[in-house]
Amino acid sequence: MNALDSRPGPSPLLQVKGVTLQYRTEQHRVTATYRVSFDVYAADRFVVLGPSGCGKSTLLKAVGGYMAPTEGEVRLKGLAVRTPGPDRMFVFQEFDQLLPWKTVKQNVMFALQASGKLRGKAAEAQAMRYIDKVNLTKFANSYPHTLSGGMKQRVAIARALAMEPDILLMDEPFAALDALTRRKMQDELLQLWADTRFTVLFVTHSIPEAVLIGNRILLLSPHPGQVKGELNSDGNDPVDPNSGVKLSDRIHNILFADRIEEQEVVPHG
Amino acid sequence: MAEMRAAVTRLPVPAPPVRPEYLQEVVAGRDIGVVQRPLGFWQRLANRGWLRKAFILLVIAVAWQLYARQLNNPLLVPTFSDTLEAFWSGIASGDIPQKVSNSVLLLLKGYALGLSLALCLTALAMMFQLGNDLLETLTSAFNPLPAIALLPLALIWFGLGDVSIIFVLVHSVLWAVALNTHSGFRSVSTTLRMVGRNCGLRGIPFIVKILIPAAFPSILTGLKIGWAFAWRTLIAAELVFGVSSGKGGLGWYIYENKNMLDIPAVFAGLFTVILIGLSVENLIFRNIEAATVRRWGMQS
Repeated sequence: MNALDSRPGPSPLLQVKGVTLQYRTEQHRVTATYRVSFDVYAADRFVVLGPSGCGKSTLLKAVGGYMAPTEGEVRLKGLAVRTPGPDRMFVFQEFDQLLPWKTVKQNVMFALQASGKLRGKAAEAQAMRYIDKVNLTKFANSYPHTLSGGMKQRVAIARALAMEPDILLMDEPFAALDALTRRKMQDELLQLWADTRFTVLFVTHSIPEAVLIGNRILLLSPHPGQVKGELNSDGNDPVDPNSGVKLSDRIHNILFADRIEEQEVVPHG
Repeated sequence: MAEMRAAVTRLPVPAPPVRPEYLQEVVAGRDIGVVQRPLGFWQRLANRGWLRKAFILLVIAVAWQLYARQLNNPLLVPTFSDTLEAFWSGIASGDIPQKVSNSVLLLLKGYALGLSLALCLTALAMMFQLGNDLLETLTSAFNPLPAIALLPLALIWFGLGDVSIIFVLVHSVLWAVALNTHSGFRSVSTTLRMVGRNCGLRGIPFIVKILIPAAFPSILTGLKIGWAFAWRTLIAAELVFGVSSGKGGLGWYIYENKNMLDIPAVFAGLFTVILIGLSVENLIFRNIEAATVRRWGMQS
């Protein structure tokens, strides 16, 4: 704690401290992440990047309060996270995260009302304000099954943002979209961030996406996920003055080194 | 790889011609208008589901009429027209409507009670592991047991009256609905569950606001099966022990007329049972479906 207190500037919003996550399958106990630590500050666009199998989604679930760490802890505003709650709104990858029996507006209002944050007219006004922010005002009364994938994800983002959570948790939200739509959604997310300055913890396996979205990128190694480092990004894939290598290439090299080790290990194992 | 390249060079396929590039303006979508051709008269008729089904019923009625005519034995199979006649006279005398209302009232009581019990059981099963085990054990034990087999026992416990019938009705509805609702609850996607919990829902509000609507297609199937089971059980129960507390239902109507060898009236009784079944399915359940699962795109 002393080291944290002596650090200049604001205190972190979200602290992940030495988190080891394990889940059980039929036969095995699998370690998803091993002693992962990082801090997220307010208005961060904090990206967790790693190859598949590095436990990044599991890590996000732990931050969401859906699973308890075997070791270490997650603290939001200094308080330990134990259960899921509306102060950490999730945006999932799957399109079925919208309630199919509710219209776009009702979906956004649902989160507000179910959590008891707002009621009646106030909830409706708040919902419409955020639906407008994601340019879906025309579709406010449509049912989710009539929307395209990109539109569904926008509704999910509006639903999460309307809650004005302490932190937005996004689990590869654009991974199921086609390339053109994904690019558009990334720009829209940055635009929204410029608008409202929310804090987001963003999980992805795409290096270009991490470089574009994040201001801070956490690199995880696979099997189990361990922190390989944290890099800064300005969204324009900056060249590192020391090595003269572009950020995306540096990340690629760091993650690619793993692949070779892995290939060497597998035949012996 | 090398072989393939060699094969390519050997094949005398000419290079594609060099064509000039071009760009052109496209017609704006709204200027094209809707490109469509109206369907023909017969095609539009064939698109009506109820019309196709009515046609099937008509064919069956005609076949029945022809067969009964040819058989010419009204004690075995009366003609369709005789059955209709008996049906109309039953309605005109107020006999059939009276019996129908007796049966349906009893049925609704048993159905409603069965549904509420099923809901309680499945809610328990979703909230506690032990409730889950209880539901699974009870459904696997009681679902295959025909409700009517409990009637003798019910008669001993509750005597000759509505209560006995309601008891077997509840038994026939409860397990079918509970089984379907439970399997519907369990097939709700992990994502939707996480969304519900993310919004801070747990316990009963979670079941009411997330699980029930998300599992509605299965629940609706359960409701339909439960309805059919209840209807069968009721008619069978009335056939077995006839009048309950002085006023019989449709089953009793069928039984009574069989004893008097009024076979067209027996057929009219059966006809009424079928008619009620058809209209409940096509008027009530179909409209519920249209207003819910089809509107939500959960069922095509």
